[in-house]
Order: sequence, then structure tokens, then C-alpha cells
Amino acid sequence: MASAVSVLNLRKVYDTGAEALKGVTLSVEQGDFFALLGPNGAGKTTLIGVLAGLVYKTSGEAGIFGHDTATDASRAKTYIGLVPQEFNFNIFERVEDIVVTQAGYYGIPRAQALVDAEPILKDLGLWEKRREPSQKLSGGMKRRLMIARALVHKPKLLILDEPTAGVDVELRRHMWTFLRKMNAEGTTIILTTHYLEEAEQLCRTVAVINKGEILINEPMKDLLERYGEKKLEDIYINLIEGESGQTI
Amino acid sequence: MSASKMWIAYLTVMRKELVRIFRIWAQTILPPVVTTSLYFVVFGTFIGSQLAPIHGLSYIQFIVPGLIMMSIITSSYMNTVSNFYFAKFMRNIDEMLVSPMPDWLVIAGFISGGVMRGLIVGFFVLLVSLFFSHLAIFNIFVLVAAVLMTSVLFSLAGLINGVYAKGFDGISIVPTFVLTPLTYLGGIFYSITQFPEFWQKVSLANPILYMVNAFRWGFFGVSDVPVWICFSVLVSFTLIFTAIVAFLFKRGMGVKN
Repeated sequence: MASAVSVLNLRKVYDTGAEALKGVTLSVEQGDFFALLGPNGAGKTTLIGVLAGLVYKTSGEAGIFGHDTATDASRAKTYIGLVPQEFNFNIFERVEDIVVTQAGYYGIPRAQALVDAEPILKDLGLWEKRREPSQKLSGGMKRRLMIARALVHKPKLLILDEPTAGVDVELRRHMWTFLRKMNAEGTTIILTTHYLEEAEQLCRTVAVINKGEILINEPMKDLLERYGEKKLEDIYINLIEGESGQTI
Repeated sequence: MSASKMWIAYLTVMRKELVRIFRIWAQTILPPVVTTSLYFVVFGTFIGSQLAPIHGLSYIQFIVPGLIMMSIITSSYMNTVSNFYFAKFMRNIDEMLVSPMPDWLVIAGFISGGVMRGLIVGFFVLLVSLFFSHLAIFNIFVLVAAVLMTSVLFSLAGLINGVYAKGFDGISIVPTFVLTPLTYLGGIFYSITQFPEFWQKVSLANPILYMVNAFRWGFFGVSDVPVWICFSVLVSFTLIFTAIVAFLFKRGMGVKN
């Protein structure tokens, strides 16, 4: 069975000369709930960009469910639902149109997409707002809209790039419940977050990336056991500051 | 992605464009219709009635094809340049880029959106022109070909501008300082045969002249330039701009790193 994500010696050098990924090797198994952690500028978003087809790799290999993201991009993309860090929908479009149009880009007829969108919008508490322009939504609703948009084509792999940034505690807990349900139903999830408690609560596997290199990649349980009493946050700071030559 | 899914994706882009064009009709459709109506009234009716016929046509008949073409050129161009730039600026172009749609289909969507707006605006301007002038159809095929090729050409041009635009200035400089002068000097309001020989030759360097004349020939069978030359110029520019877009496409269109 192919891994949900397989990355081998992946490098990305931007035109500016900045090397965002320095030979990253990584594997995410099907059905996993995977945390990709790292400080700002570590290479998380670049790695996600390569997987989602938004960034050209410089060298190495990246595959989604066995399909290469460069040579079989169209097939690979059908498996992915991406929730980016920044709001990137057209603020003048209606909530329902944003979600249904996204389904259309995957070749799903509009009538079918309307049917598919209904339970997702209801689950995410957006059904009552479906006829509203997206600019009228609150910040938390906008986050949920991006999740709804990413799910409408029923992806097997959901990638969330800091989905709970700036979201209040209640909504964050609601999103955790929703994501757990998605994962229990078989969706593989990759989550990047700066809330380490969130990663600890949700994820079964964790990878830490810094300066374009993977520092650790192992089951969350093993990592926590290895460090005894320490919480993920302490372990993370140890790793990042140790990498920078600093001490805690 | 199968052909049937690509077709659905393409129709989705078209539907989205159509909804947008009509949602902001006061920005997309109304201004060119009002502006060209003023041209019809001022230049066509008030001033034009004092002028001698050109190529056997009353002045208002002479300028109507050019004014319709002007609205098509501007609308097609503005649609792709603003649409692509805003999609790039707001990053909602990622909605298409993360989908299995091939890049060429994304580009075809933007181009078709420009063509669609050009045709919609051109249609409304044509309707208004019928209140002011009598139009004939000399050759429907030439009319349709001239309209379609011109709107494709200027949609491509708008897309190229949108790729290079770094800010809001970047999407208005070319329309204001290049497109508008070329359009006004493109034989809409006069025949270049009225010029001295030197200025006739200078005018022939303006590609819009050929589009306006091809369109006028389709209506009335009169043109300053042989119609086959008009279409040769149209095809040549379309091929050049397509090649530029294909090159930009390979480089990521300014939206992929």
C-alpha cells in the first residue's frame, strides 16, 4: 500500500538563492494524523506547496498515494484538499459558490457539488450563511469556509497549514472534534501549527523541520515517552534551540 | 483528468466569469455602453452630420464598427488583466492551481473570460448603435472572425500584462498609455486615406487599424487595407502573443515559485 505522502531528498532553492528545503525525506502513512512542526521560515509551507503543486521543486521526489507530483500531477492533486495559511478566496463571492466552484475545478458537476456541499457546510456551521458573500463572515467562519472548500471533492489527504491561527478556544475545540471525525473516517491529515498542545492532542506522528531539514520524524507516543515528563512544547524548544546552538 | 471532467472544469470557470461580469455590471458593462453612446451622440450625430461621407458611408455609419471594436478590445483586455492580477494578488488563483486542472486549461479559462466579456459588451454597444445608425452586414463570417480573433488577441495581451503587473499601477499603465492611444489612432474616427502619404505609412504600424478595418469591411465591404492583410496581421499577433503566454506558462505565470 502506497504511503499517503512520500518525499525523498526534496530540495527547493528559490530564485533569490534561499534554500528552503535541503534534501527532505519524509513519509506519511495512510490514515495517519501527522503534525509538521517548525518555526516560521522552517520550510513547512514550501513543502506543502510542492505537495499541492503550487511550488516547483528543484530536485528530489514527492508522491501522493504513489503518484508523482511532477510527472503525474493531475492524478496526485485529486487526492489532496489544501487549507492554506492565509484566506485566499474571493471575498465578493457567496459561501456556497466558493465551495461549489471548487468542486467544479475537480470535474464534479454543479448539481452533484451542491448535494455534496450541504453536509459539509452544515457540519462546519456555515449552512445558514451559504448565500452570504464571504466578506461578511467572521474570522472563524472564514477559516471553516476554507476547510469546507478543501473537503468538497472528498480528498483522501487533507493538508491544513495553521488552520487554527487566530481562532478562539471554543472554535478551536470544535475544529479539533471535526478533524478527529474526518480522520476516524479514513482521511489522512497533515497539520502544521504553532499550538503544540494542539499537535499533542490530535496527532499520532510528528515531524519537526527547521532551516529546511527534518530534525525528527517519529510517532508522537514514542517521542513523548523518550523525553519522560517533558511536554511536546519543551521537547520542541530543545530541538530548535539545540539546532541553533543555544541552550534552554 | 478525463476530457469530460476538464469540460466541467472549463464550464465552471465560464460560469464563475459570467456571474462576476453580471454581478458587477455597473463596472463591466455599463461604462463602455455609456461612453460609446456619447461618441455616437457627439461625434456621430452632432459633428458627424456636418462631415462629408467617407468611403460612401455617412460619418456615423463609418465610426460605428470602430467604436464597437474599441469596446471589445478594451473590455477583453481589462477583464483578463484585472482578473488575473486580482487572482494573483488575493491568491485565489490557488483554488485552480491546487485542482487537477492542467495549467493550459486555467489559462484558457482566463482567456475565455476576456472573450466573453468582450462579446457581451460588444453586443450591448451594437444594440445601442442601432438607435443612431443603420448597419448592414456585408460578410457575416468576416465579422464573426474579426470579433473573435480580436477579443482572443487582447485577452492574451491582458493576461501577459497581468503576469508582469507588480501593483495596481501595473494594470493601468498599459491600457492608459498604450492601448488607448493606439485605439484612438487606429482608424476609428477617420480613414487613413485622408492623410498625407507619410502619415498613412505611420498609421500602418498600428495593429488596431487592421482589426477596425476588418470589422468595418464585414459590415460595409469598405476598408483602408485589403482584408486579407488585416487577418494576416491578426493571426500573426495572435501567434506571437500565444507564444509569449506559452513561455510564461512554462515559467509559472508569476504565480508558481
